[in-house]
Amino acid sequence: MKKSKQFWSYIAVAIIVYVVVQVLIMNGMMNQFYSNTLIFIAINIILAVSLHLVIGITGQFSIGHAGFLAIGAYVSAIITMKLDLPFILAILVGGLVAALAGLIVGIPSLRLKGDYLAIATLGFAEIIRIVFLNIDYVGGAAGMQVSHLTTWTYSFVCLLITVIVIVNFTNSRHGIAAISVRENEIAADAMGINTTYYKVAAFAIGSFFAGVAGALFSHNFYIIQPGQFGFLKSFDILIFVVLGGLGSLSGAILSAILLTVVSTYLQGYPETRMIIYSLVLILVMLYRPKGLMGTMEITDYFKLWRTPKGGGQHGK
Amino acid sequence: MEWIQQLINGISLGSIYALIALGYTMVYGIIKLINFAHGDVFMVGSFIGFYSITVFNLGFFPALIISMAACALFGVIIERIAYKRLRNATRIAALITAIGVSLLIEYGVIYIRGAQPEAYPDVFAYRTFDFLGAQISIQSILILSVSVILMILLQFIVHKTKTGKAMRAVSHDTEAAKLMGINVDNTISATFAIGSALAGAAGVIFGVYYTKIDPLMGIIPGLKAFIAAVLGGIGIIPGAMVGGLVLGVVESIVSALGFSLWRDAAAFIILILILIFRPSGIFGKNTREKV
Repeated sequence: MKKSKQFWSYIAVAIIVYVVVQVLIMNGMMNQFYSNTLIFIAINIILAVSLHLVIGITGQFSIGHAGFLAIGAYVSAIITMKLDLPFILAILVGGLVAALAGLIVGIPSLRLKGDYLAIATLGFAEIIRIVFLNIDYVGGAAGMQVSHLTTWTYSFVCLLITVIVIVNFTNSRHGIAAISVRENEIAADAMGINTTYYKVAAFAIGSFFAGVAGALFSHNFYIIQPGQFGFLKSFDILIFVVLGGLGSLSGAILSAILLTVVSTYLQGYPETRMIIYSLVLILVMLYRPKGLMGTMEITDYFKLWRTPKGGGQHGK
Repeated sequence: MEWIQQLINGISLGSIYALIALGYTMVYGIIKLINFAHGDVFMVGSFIGFYSITVFNLGFFPALIISMAACALFGVIIERIAYKRLRNATRIAALITAIGVSLLIEYGVIYIRGAQPEAYPDVFAYRTFDFLGAQISIQSILILSVSVILMILLQFIVHKTKTGKAMRAVSHDTEAAKLMGINVDNTISATFAIGSALAGAAGVIFGVYYTKIDPLMGIIPGLKAFIAAVLGGIGIIPGAMVGGLVLGVVESIVSALGFSLWRDAAAFIILILILIFRPSGIFGKNTREKV
């Protein structure tokens, strides 16, 4: 009973945050710039959390997340712009097609581990980008025009669903199996865990939400181009996860918020932004390789609830 | 004789990939790190060569040597500052650090000199030879001969010198090498120095051949060189050369067939196919994982 009470209190907090922001936007007290930044933060959190499932929970080192983002972005843009269907459907189909791509990438990549898997996923993401670059239907290199449909409501609801699904997955027996794959794949296999199944599942779920984020992403700008989904974008997402702490959901969320705010303010100085980014990345890896939060969740710090929360601390 | 022309273009491009791939493969063989920053050392080498030629009015060969020396030093500095602490860290931490170093070099160069591309000066008059009906420029012959000479030199260093023997020993078994009195740190630094010098040479050659350089030019050749290293069997020096040449020729063929926009995709498709069907590469032996 306690767990469900805890769950509803989180939901209540989330709804209060949503209502406050929505009222501020409706009253015009929050201008376009701030509401856009908030939407962008929500998109980045979805991306960070979905990659967290693949890297942090399952331990599969994927550095091609921008590929799934691109699929979601383009597929949803085709649905709203070319087929004139509603945006909700676009979000859903974008996610599903990305999940399908996640399955296609996941199954062959299972034979690979560590560095090789990283490079293979990077390769897959590049192939996806080049495919979009060469399809004239979606505008090729010039890009595709997309109308602005993403609102705070859409992005917040998607964010909430993503976090709930991933937290529940992590806490379920599937999540614990996935963590065992992260900790020691051979041992997990020996204990009778179907490692293949969990790796593919993590890939598919992670890419589904990346696709959802892609749908929000493309409808938040007026144009999408293949160049936006290069590996710099993949590295951006990777940095959220790594900086927050591999295996920490709240760490991924916090670093996504922090880095989005920082990079929004450094928008005018792209070189400085990238230098700071890379320096932070190197320094964190050299002096705190576990990331800022390690595998701790933010609730572990509060100690308000005694029951173990999140999957992370089962690791070490 | 269109296909001979394409073959020669492919071999020229492939030998540049091979030169970069050698550095990747040596570093991976010795510390099991994908040195993402290697492609950026290539870029820095290209710029050092460019400034040596334009600012100091040096010829091609002095510029090549200066660039190689500077890159060797640069590679050792990167290793000492960023990678040395990570010897016992997780693979993910090492890989992410390498990505960070790569971004730092790219945007550091942009910060210093701006992102605008630079046109490489003509160090050689454009002359072509007729070979079986194909036009071969003096540049391609030069690229080939410099690459071949450097590769022979590398084979000599690795197989005949004491440093080379130490490198092979460390890559075979670091702990045992340490017990036998080999200075592992110095050997790793030497590996970085040699690999980075080759990347620097590749940078200068690339500039002379393709005449356009910019601070982000290292990314794609760097990735392709890594693909070449994987193709040949990572950690195996002749494998990197063969992998580079194969990749270069395949790319030229793909371009020649009229799919030039798909050239980059072809390289990644090769990578994924080789990773799936023969992860140890063309020359690699299959090793079973021990529990």
